[in-house]
Amino acid sequence: MRRYVVKRVAQAVGVLWAAYTVSFLVLDYLPGDPVTAMAGAGMDSGQVDPAQLAALRHEYGFDKPVLVQYTEYLGRAVRGDFGDTVSTGRPVTSVLIDALPQTLLLTGAALLLAVLLGGGLAVVATYTSQRWLRQLLLSQPPLGVSVPTFWVGLLLVEAFSFRLHWFPAFGNDGLRGLVLPALTLAVPTGAQIAQVLAKSLLTALDQAYTETARAKGAGRWRVHLRHALRNASLPALTVVGLLVGQLIAGSVVVETVFSRDGLGRVTAAAVTAQDIPLVQGVVVFGALIFVATNLVVDLLYPLLDPRIVVASDRRASFA
Amino acid sequence: MSQSLVDDPGKAALGLARPVEAGSAPEPGRRADARRVLRFLLRRPGLLLSAGVLVLVVLASFWPGLFTSQDPLKGVPSQNFRGPSGSHWFGTDELGRDVFSRVVHGAHLSLQATLIAVLVAFVLGGLLGVVAGFVGRWVDDVLMRFVDVLLSIPALFLSLALVTALGYGTVKVAVAVGIASVAGFARVARAEVLRVRLAVFVEASRSCGARWYSVLGRHVLPNAAGPVIVLATLDFGSSILAVSALSFLGYGAPPPAPEWGTLISDGRNYLANAWWLTALPGLAIAATVLATNRIARALDGEWSRQR
Repeated sequence: MRRYVVKRVAQAVGVLWAAYTVSFLVLDYLPGDPVTAMAGAGMDSGQVDPAQLAALRHEYGFDKPVLVQYTEYLGRAVRGDFGDTVSTGRPVTSVLIDALPQTLLLTGAALLLAVLLGGGLAVVATYTSQRWLRQLLLSQPPLGVSVPTFWVGLLLVEAFSFRLHWFPAFGNDGLRGLVLPALTLAVPTGAQIAQVLAKSLLTALDQAYTETARAKGAGRWRVHLRHALRNASLPALTVVGLLVGQLIAGSVVVETVFSRDGLGRVTAAAVTAQDIPLVQGVVVFGALIFVATNLVVDLLYPLLDPRIVVASDRRASFA
Repeated sequence: MSQSLVDDPGKAALGLARPVEAGSAPEPGRRADARRVLRFLLRRPGLLLSAGVLVLVVLASFWPGLFTSQDPLKGVPSQNFRGPSGSHWFGTDELGRDVFSRVVHGAHLSLQATLIAVLVAFVLGGLLGVVAGFVGRWVDDVLMRFVDVLLSIPALFLSLALVTALGYGTVKVAVAVGIASVAGFARVARAEVLRVRLAVFVEASRSCGARWYSVLGRHVLPNAAGPVIVLATLDFGSSILAVSALSFLGYGAPPPAPEWGTLISDGRNYLANAWWLTALPGLAIAATVLATNRIARALDGEWSRQR
């Protein structure tokens, strides 16, 4: 078990380092001259003083060879320092940490809704013996993954804020303001959870152990929840881990639609202003949250299914 | 971690690629094939409808004149904010422009961006996967670790980083979206190549002295293509969504151009008094994505299971 944990943590660190490298290559190396891009973004005419450019270039270290830049940046990033934002001059890390709680609240609420709605849909759809209800329920997830998130958000605002006046359309205030954005963000996520869980539930209900449970006289509901669902939840848990990245990224769109403050709004503003240090911070931060969640999911597996640790020790390449 | 990152569509797609099945059918089988296609479609009205929607969208993107004669860019200011009616199917916007005509003309930009995105992902991802699977050993290891890293950055963040670096515009957004989905293609392509590479007929052709490129081109690629093509149709839908999300955020074509995502973000300012400006263009996106996803599902197994 300890080997399993150590291996997982080492892999997570490796992935983070690589994610940083990719973001460095894309953001600092690809634009050719990031300083002109950064300095030009704030101005209308694109007229930038060459001396100012040189000063900026020196400040950000772009006058040094790429490898030196990379190692210097990486060294600072390890200590949690992503430099200062171009637009406001505040440290990137503190901007991100200020924005994080609102987004975590939003994504957490969305994840909860997605698991409840998606999971509930899958359980009811596989449990019911009414053909029409099953058909109706199972036709919802493909719909959920096909609609643009921002469109769903705007329709919800239209219906529940402007027509019915139930929830506020914009802003961060309280639980009432959280309902619509969380619901919007939960639609595609919940749909994917429902698809995976329904599929694995159907498989589990076909297995010999559910047959055995039934033969022993367990009730239908009990077989469904205690025997089938527990075994079927493993693939769904994997998907939940993967969807967390999608949720964090989805906050960019949802927070823009609902004018909520948070990581997503910061990201959208940073891209618009071509604020390269800030965008880089967001990318690495996003990868950090994603990797951390999947680490937790990986560490949860053995609790659900003890066979996994044994199997992973035997597997040759598991990176 | 990569264990848990296995691509579901790809895995599901394996069902399609029973190797060597199509070309081996004898000549008289052709009519039966046509009948089979017909029966397959008629039993699935939803699929037929999806194909219809997709045909309409493609027609609209090449010949918008077929659907509307009104100018998407010029409006009649006195006729602004008219609700949907017989003369303006999707109503008019704040400048009195016909929204239906803007959606029809926008199909061109949005579809073009989507095609570029899918093509970038297909070519780059396919290349990575084929090289990794065919060469094997350390090349495989290096390329696949790189793919794992791409997967660890949420797709939208990767696209946004690329947009920051490359700048705005329909084509740049398309490339950014395409690169963000390279990883999925690389995984599926590699898995397929690995599966086919070990098949008996590949071994036979090798032992007959065939060069590596002829083995690759004649035997491995044709038999590995199926699931990758299914993934491309699936990716088409998600690329439409990603491209429209980026243009909704304002990184797509500059303002007067009627890209689908831009239409919705424009309409957002008039949400309280003109619902049709957001609802109806969004319906066009949703219908197109739904249609391509339905077709992808049909290609992915449903067709080969039905006998």
